[in-house]
Amino acid sequence: MKWDEFFVTGDPLIYGADVSIGLTVIGILFYLTYFKKWQWLWTEWLTTVDHKKLGIMYIASAVLMLFRGGVDALLMRVQLATPDSKFLDSQHYNEIFTTHGTIMIIFMAMPFLIGLINVVIPLQIGARDVAFPYLNAVSFWTFFIGAMLFNVSFVIGGSPSAGWTSYMPLAGNELSPGPGQNYYLLGLQIAGIGTLLTGINFLVTILKMRAPGMTLFRMPVFTWSALITMIIIVFAFPILTVALALMTFDRLFGAHFFTLQGAGMDMLWANLFWLWGHPEVYIVVLPAFGMFSEIISTFSRKTIFGYKAMIWAMIIIAGYSFMVWVHHFFTMGSGELVNSVFSITTMIIGIPTGIKIFNWLFTMYKGKISFTTPMLWSLGFIVNFVIGGVTGVMLAMAAADYQYHNTYFLVAHFHYVLIAGTVFACFAGLIFWFPKMFGYKLNERIGKWVFWVFNIGFNVCFIPQFILGLDGMPRRVYTYSAASGWGNLNMLSTVGGFLMGVAFLILVYNFYFSFRYSERENTGDSWGLGRTLEWSTTSAVPPHYNFAITPTVKSFDPLIQMKRDNVDLKPKIKDIKKIHMPDNSGVPFFMSAFFFIAGFGLVFEWFWMGIVGLIGVFITLIIRSFDPNEGYYVSEEEIKETERLTV
Amino acid sequence: MFKRFKPFFALGLLLSVFFLGGCSNYIVLDPKGPVAAQQKDLILYSIGFMALICVVVYVLFTVIVIKYRDRKNDDNYEPDQHGSKKLEIIWTVIPILIIIALAIPTVKTIYDVEKVPVSASGQKKEPLVINATAVNWKWIFSYPEQGIETVNYINIPKDRPVQFRLTSADSMSSFWVPELGGQKYAMAGMETKLYLQADHTGTFSGRNSNFNGEGFAHQIFDVHSVTQSEFDKWAKDTKSKAPKLSKKQYDQLMIQGEAKKMTFSSTHLKWVDHAKEADYAVKTRERLGEVPQNPHGSKQKDANKPESDTHGESHSH
Repeated sequence: MKWDEFFVTGDPLIYGADVSIGLTVIGILFYLTYFKKWQWLWTEWLTTVDHKKLGIMYIASAVLMLFRGGVDALLMRVQLATPDSKFLDSQHYNEIFTTHGTIMIIFMAMPFLIGLINVVIPLQIGARDVAFPYLNAVSFWTFFIGAMLFNVSFVIGGSPSAGWTSYMPLAGNELSPGPGQNYYLLGLQIAGIGTLLTGINFLVTILKMRAPGMTLFRMPVFTWSALITMIIIVFAFPILTVALALMTFDRLFGAHFFTLQGAGMDMLWANLFWLWGHPEVYIVVLPAFGMFSEIISTFSRKTIFGYKAMIWAMIIIAGYSFMVWVHHFFTMGSGELVNSVFSITTMIIGIPTGIKIFNWLFTMYKGKISFTTPMLWSLGFIVNFVIGGVTGVMLAMAAADYQYHNTYFLVAHFHYVLIAGTVFACFAGLIFWFPKMFGYKLNERIGKWVFWVFNIGFNVCFIPQFILGLDGMPRRVYTYSAASGWGNLNMLSTVGGFLMGVAFLILVYNFYFSFRYSERENTGDSWGLGRTLEWSTTSAVPPHYNFAITPTVKSFDPLIQMKRDNVDLKPKIKDIKKIHMPDNSGVPFFMSAFFFIAGFGLVFEWFWMGIVGLIGVFITLIIRSFDPNEGYYVSEEEIKETERLTV
Repeated sequence: MFKRFKPFFALGLLLSVFFLGGCSNYIVLDPKGPVAAQQKDLILYSIGFMALICVVVYVLFTVIVIKYRDRKNDDNYEPDQHGSKKLEIIWTVIPILIIIALAIPTVKTIYDVEKVPVSASGQKKEPLVINATAVNWKWIFSYPEQGIETVNYINIPKDRPVQFRLTSADSMSSFWVPELGGQKYAMAGMETKLYLQADHTGTFSGRNSNFNGEGFAHQIFDVHSVTQSEFDKWAKDTKSKAPKLSKKQYDQLMIQGEAKKMTFSSTHLKWVDHAKEADYAVKTRERLGEVPQNPHGSKQKDANKPESDTHGESHSH
């Protein structure tokens, strides 16, 4: 292999990116060395098994990936703003929409939500940490390294260009030669391990680690949504693992599962992909529903309306999510009966979703609504998500879908679902629980600017795309002719896209501004309206052991009950006992480093390197298995000091 | 069928005019054949319901958010309400009714569009058969009865149903002529069937709408709808005057790339049926040394230079 094949060359945009990546890395290294932060980085972050810190790292990575995926989106919008544009060539455009889709779903939406779940769920159920803290660190590091491996493709070897769906035979060696598609397969495979482990970990955590008195039907809605999401993950991700492995065999070892030769079946890939892919949609939307439920209830000062109906709606959605995958390819010619059945199952999902919308509305009914930024995002969610929902029902009508399929109508629809649902929830949740993570709020005034600019931009960007779809503009085209008449609406859409970009920059500025100037919180209940246990901690940012004394739950919305009963949340000295906590470990970090070596080797089909990396992974597994470490005890003195209790 | 829901239908029309600003300019809503017309009816019908749902939610939303906003003067008010069986039953039953109202015409249309379309005059005609084969990034059309073949365009008689037999020589493609009707996939190793019909004469643009690589945006073709007699004359002239398609020429078409419009007086069907031989194009490319290369590889970058060595190398496959 020649060097100019190894590094991506020939495009000024790429050289610019190379330089900026290089400068950023040098800047970070300089900062860490000059301010002597290496030790801090290693002991506080890289080796941590604390769910709150892992959650913060998940969220930080997700924001970084949101930037990367967002830049991809803006490059696409620039290219499409005018007809016959020469800004990007076809190959470059194809790589960008592929990485945009993959990054936004796998490396942005999911980790953002998993990050918030990590921070909040153990606190919400009154636990000290997750069931398997070490495994939680492995989850984070495999996700992170999978994302990094995928992103390296940008400057080394070339990015995948077969779409985030990677349909075969297009994604096979015959039509997509080179390492690009291998990056997709291995990056997702490694990150997928992390997601599956998270699924198991939180499933056990929620089922086994709840504070005394918290029965299943006293769990907060967000905890419920996380529990249901984890069940979907545990059932859906193995399908992706297998599908990716089969395609990897096709590409690296000459197998014929999905290829044109050797009687491979290309539709089998489409089926397996969407058998995972559709539940994946609910994996990223159910936690969002959970967060909106918490936020709407909190800022309406009312308990959630129809709690049981909300839970059952989510359970039904989760079940149905495995029964609708064919609607992603009604046009495959499966026959009238199959299409009719899947049309109807898909439409039925609209019913529980509709129930939830009305329950949110009636949670606010007769409430006292305060318009904080998390609440604004939640209200924006309701308004925009309805459009995503009704267009979803329209797409579910197979006979009409033959006209929407593969068009911008579809693109607009799923952005209304995924941005209004997931991204709004990520912002709302981040702002809502920000004081829990850092001890201060994000500035509300700047936050409202972010909300309005983003919302206007979002609608300006995607409403025109519904119309473009009805005017026959297919998705994934890198250019179109002036004669098509799609120019004006595309230009409008691009303007909207850039408004969202501006909103993102204001958000980043808000991080800086609030870090400098925000008032520091001195209670655990920063919004003053908390209903659930995470707001009952004594300090704004909970100590690593979370609760000095495990709380006892007497009802749903436990903190509201405690407030009514005038319970003193400050722990009594006599109740303080030493607390068993897990030790930090650097092994997950090294394990993921070996995963990177293995993945990178396999991408370039350097099998020696792949084998070395996998042997490394195996060694870290052995080290962990024979590790006699049983954790340590936090002494009573330390707890008293942390809780500022005087004898 | 649609009579019972006429008010919704009208509302849908009204709102789509309002929202879409003269919807009839948009090609999916401006059908030129019975299949697309059925789909347009279904789309407008559903837009009616959807608009209704949006209106209900938005009105409720606005009222609640304004009425129950936190005011300065009601400090003593502590909200305390957690559910209502009656309300919850209402908003479960109504969506179920809406789904039923949508499902019935959907299923009916799903079955209808798979049948031979009936022309505007109501008479049933024998469909014209056209085999459409997708190859990266062009469309090859064969008329088995007429014994002629075209590339990137077709002529069809108006008011007569056309049965497209879709297949692909390589990647999964989707055959779509939005003005005549919805799309269907064309896949190597199998055949799918799609009925379309034009009610008008004119030229309609068709394309592959399923992403399949570099030339995807330009994988388009023209559908010329002409009268039956014009069609017959064209078919006859083509049969007698156009050049024959040689196997060598056909194999050249298997190489990835865009193509100009072409016309031949014979078809490829006697050599290969891509619905049965999925790997024909891949094998042909290997034989001709035209295997696609890594877009970031050095070979690709040299490809523009005349007489590069790499070209000779790859012939030895």
